[in-house]
Amino acid sequence: MVKYSEVGVPTPKPMMSQDTEKFWRLLQEEKQLHLQKCNNCQTYSHPPRVVCSNCHSFDLGWVPSEGKGVIHSYVIYHRSVHPGFKTPYGVILVELEEGVRIISNMVDCEPHEIEIGMPVEAVVDQVFEDTALVKFKRINN
Amino acid sequence: MGNPKEKTAIIGLGATEFSQNCGRSELRMALEAILDAVKDAGIKVSDIDGMVNYSMDTAEQIEVVRQLGIPNLSFFSKAPYGGGGSCATIAHAVAAIESGMANTVVCYRSIRDASGPVTYGDFEPTRVSQDVYMGMNHPYGLLTPVSWVAMFAQRYNHKYGIKDGQLAHVALVNRENANRNPKAIFHSRSLSLDEYMNSPINVEPLRRHDCCLSTDGAVAIIVTRADLAKDLRHKPAYISGAIQGMSTNGEVMTSYAREDITVLHEVEAYGKKLFEMAGITPKEIDVAQFYDAFSPLVPMQLEALGFVGKGEGVDYIEGGHRIRPDGELPINTSGGLMSEGYIHGMNLIAEGVRQVRGTSTTQINDIEYSLVTGGLGVPSSGLILRRR
Ligand SMILES: [Zn+2]
Repeated sequence: MVKYSEVGVPTPKPMMSQDTEKFWRLLQEEKQLHLQKCNNCQTYSHPPRVVCSNCHSFDLGWVPSEGKGVIHSYVIYHRSVHPGFKTPYGVILVELEEGVRIISNMVDCEPHEIEIGMPVEAVVDQVFEDTALVKFKRINN
Repeated sequence: MGNPKEKTAIIGLGATEFSQNCGRSELRMALEAILDAVKDAGIKVSDIDGMVNYSMDTAEQIEVVRQLGIPNLSFFSKAPYGGGGSCATIAHAVAAIESGMANTVVCYRSIRDASGPVTYGDFEPTRVSQDVYMGMNHPYGLLTPVSWVAMFAQRYNHKYGIKDGQLAHVALVNRENANRNPKAIFHSRSLSLDEYMNSPINVEPLRRHDCCLSTDGAVAIIVTRADLAKDLRHKPAYISGAIQGMSTNGEVMTSYAREDITVLHEVEAYGKKLFEMAGITPKEIDVAQFYDAFSPLVPMQLEALGFVGKGEGVDYIEGGHRIRPDGELPINTSGGLMSEGYIHGMNLIAEGVRQVRGTSTTQINDIEYSLVTGGLGVPSSGLILRRR
C-alpha cells in the first residue's frame, strides 16, 4: 500500500489530455472505475485510446467495471525518489476480469504481503479534492 | 568480398572522458567528441555531409554545424526514444549512405546524466511528458525507469522461479571488464558477490548494483561508404546489419498490456531481421555489447535474440563463465552501462567497433562478428559489425 508523507508534499496528479480525461472524470463523478469498450467489436481498452486497436472503430464507449482482478506483477520502492511517497511502498499491476491491466496501489496490505496472483477488487480513493484514484483491496474468500 | 550488404563501415571513434561531473556543456562535449572522431578516422571535418543524434540531445545539430564550419549537410535526422535510439543512429546513417543521400555521416550522443539538471534515474517533475501512460502511472508512485523495468522483472522472476542474487553475474562480469578499462568510471573499484548481495534494494526486485551508472560524457562515431573506408587509419568495422524495432501495444518503458510481459517483443522482432540482414545466426556472434541499463534486461535479450530459449537466460549468465572473455559469448567488454558509464548506449557501439579493430582493453581473439544492442522497454535498435 502507499502511505503519503505528512510533510505536505503533493504527489503527482494524473495528467489528462482530451483523449484520457473522461477516464478520470467518470472516476471522480461516479465514484466507480470505468473502462473503455468498443461499441463495434466489444473489445476493452486500457489505458484509454482514441481508436479501437482491434477493429479501428472510433466509436468507443465507457462502461462501469466490476473492478475484480488479480495481481499480475508488482514492485516495491525502497529508495525514495519523491518526498510525497513514504518508502517502502508497493505499486501493483492488476489484470482485471475484463482482460485489461491497470497500474495502482493496495489500500489494505503492507508491501511485503503483496503477491502475484492475489485476488483484488477496486476501491475509489479520493486522494485529491478534485481527482480520485482507483486503488485495490484484497478479496478474502 | 564477403557480404554484399556491407556497403558501409564505421571508420572513426571519438569520446570525451566519462565522469560524474564534466564541468562543461553537452554541446562542448559533443564538439570535442566529433573532432576526436574526425581525427581518429583521418578525414576532414568538411568531409562530413550527414549527421544523426538522439532526439533527447541538447547539443543541437545546427549548432554543431555552425561551430565546426561544416559546409553542407545533405542528410540529418534524430533517433527517438532515448537509449532505444543508440544503434538507430547508425541505422539512419546506413540508410542515408546506401540511398546516396550522404557519404560520410557523424552519429553522436552527449549527455550530462550525472551532473546535469535532468537525470534519467530520478523523478523530475519538470520532465514529465504528456504521455498517456505516464499520466496513468505517476499518481501511484511508479515514477522511475528502475521501477518500470522492475515490473517486468518481477513477473519474469515469478514465471521462471528466479531468486535474489541470480542476476549478480551481469554486474560482476561488467565490473571485471571495467577493471581492465582505464576509461571506465569504475576502473579502480572492484565488486564482489558479497558486496552485490549486501547492496541496498532500490526498487524490489532490483538492487543498486542491478542499475546503470549516471554519467557525463559524449561519444561520436563516423560512418562512411565501404569504398571510402579502405586505407584509413583503422581497420574498418563493416556494417552487416543495422535496424530499428517498434512493436504493437508498446508504451515508453511500461508496455504492461502485452500478453506476455516477460518477452522483449521489439527485440525479438528486430533481431530476426537483423540476423537475416547479416546472413548469420546468433551462434556466429563472437562478442556482444548488450544494453545493460538494468541487469534483468541481459537475460531477456539473450532470449529475445535467440541466443537461448525462453526462460533460459538466467541459467546462461549464472556463474558468469559463459559471458566472461573466455566464455562462449563474452559480453560488455568495456564494462557496459553499469561500470564503464552510461552514455545512453553510444559507448557500447564504440566498444563493438574496438572489438572489430582489435583495440579493446578486454580484446576477444579471432573476432569476426560483433553485436551491439539499443535501449530496452522502448522502441529499440540493433547493430552487427564485421571484421574482414
Ligand atoms: Zn473494436
